[in-house]
Amino acid sequence: MTVGLVIVSHSAALAAGVVELAGQMAPGVPIIPAGGMPDGGLGTDFAAVTDAVATADQGEGVVLLFDLGSAQMTADLVVESMADPDQAVVADAPLVEGAVAAAVAAAGGASMAAVASAASGHAPDASVVSGPAERIEIELTNEIGLHARPAAQLARSLTGLTADVTVTFGDQSSDARSVLGLLGLGARKGDRLVVSAQGEQAAEALRRIRQLADDNFGE
Amino acid sequence: MGCRTDGVVAALKAAADTVVAHRDELVELDRVIGDGDHGENLQRGFQTFVVALTRSTPDKPGAAVKLLATTLISTVGGAAGPLYGTACLRAATTLGDADELTPETTVAALRAALGGVVARGKAEVGDKTMVDALTPAVDAAAEALGSGADIAGVLAAAADAAEKGAESTVPLVARKGRASYLGERSANHLDPGARSTSLLLRAFADSAAKHRSAA
Repeated sequence: MTVGLVIVSHSAALAAGVVELAGQMAPGVPIIPAGGMPDGGLGTDFAAVTDAVATADQGEGVVLLFDLGSAQMTADLVVESMADPDQAVVADAPLVEGAVAAAVAAAGGASMAAVASAASGHAPDASVVSGPAERIEIELTNEIGLHARPAAQLARSLTGLTADVTVTFGDQSSDARSVLGLLGLGARKGDRLVVSAQGEQAAEALRRIRQLADDNFGE
Repeated sequence: MGCRTDGVVAALKAAADTVVAHRDELVELDRVIGDGDHGENLQRGFQTFVVALTRSTPDKPGAAVKLLATTLISTVGGAAGPLYGTACLRAATTLGDADELTPETTVAALRAALGGVVARGKAEVGDKTMVDALTPAVDAAAEALGSGADIAGVLAAAADAAEKGAESTVPLVARKGRASYLGERSANHLDPGARSTSLLLRAFADSAAKHRSAA
C-alpha cells in the first residue's frame, strides 16, 4: 500500500499523459487522472476529482497535483469537503516534474506529507544521521546521463536507508533523494559525480549507487 | 422587515436570469483576457440551479443559498465554480437555520461570501478580480445598514459599489487568474469576474426592491 496521487487538470488528455509518464517511474502507485468536464470540454469537475481521490486512496492518503489556478481551487475544495480532510493534501508543485517526483517518493513508501514535499522539490526528510561522511566518485557511462529515469532509480535505491546522501556535480549539489534536484544537476554521459554519504547505512547507500552506475542504470 | 425563503429564492432565480441575459457579454469579456468560458460556465451553473429548484424546495433562506453553492461547485468547471461556490457556502453557513433574512444577516452573509472568495482565490483588492467588486460592495452594504437601510437598500448600495468597483478593474494589470499570464496586455479591459459579481448583486437588489413594493 502506498500514498495515491490524483492529477487534476483542465484537460483529460493532459491528465492522462501525466499519469502515463509518472506511472512509468512508479509501478504499483495508484495515480488517477481527473481531467476535463463530463462533456469532454476543458475545465475541472468537482465530482470527478472527488471520485478520483476515493479511488486513489489505499488508506495511506492522497496527494493531489494540479495544472492551473482554478484546478487548485477545485482540488482544495474537494479536500475540504472530504469526511476526513487530513486524508489528502494538495501539493503546490509543477505538474509534470512534481507528479514524477511524488510518484517516485510514493513508490519508496514515503508518507503523504513526504510525497507532497517531494512534489514541491524538497527531498523527503532524511533520517537521523551520524558518523563521518564517506564519499565515492562515479562516472556516468549510460547514454542519457542523469535523466529522469536514472535519477528516479537513484533516489529510489535509498529507500529505507538511514543515511544522508548528497550528489555533487561541478559546483552544484543535490540531495540524492530529490529527483528534481538530481535532474537540476544536468549531468550527462561522461560526467563524473561525487556522491557523499553520512549516517549508519552510508556505506550501503554508496554501494547501491555504485551498483546502479556500474549497471548503466539498467540501460 | 425580513425576507422569507420565497423572496430569497426569487432573488436567486433573478440572478440566474441575469446570467443568461448577459452570457454573451461575459463570454466576450473573458475571451479577451481569459479562456472565454466565464459566461458559459456561469450559465450552466445557474441553469442547473433553476432545474434543481424544480426537484427540491429549500425551506430556509440558508438552504436555498446552499443549494446554489453545491450546484455551482459541481457544474461550473472554471474558477467561478469554486469561487462563487465557496462564497455561497460561507453565506449559507452564516444564514444558518434562520427563517428569514434581515438587513443585518444580509450584510453578514455578504461579508462571509467575500471572506470565502478571498480564502479560496487568495486575491486582494487591485488584483483585477471579483474581489475588486465584492470588497467595496460589502463596505457599502455595511454603511447602508448603519444608516438604517432595509434589505433592498442594503443590496442597492452593494450593487452600486460593486459596479464602480468592477469599472475600477479596467486600467488594472491582472495579478491573479488566467489574465495574469497576459501581464500588461490585461490592462484596459473590464474583468469578467468583477463584472459578473456586480451583475449578480444588481439582480439581488432589483429583486429585493420588487419584493418590497409588492409587500
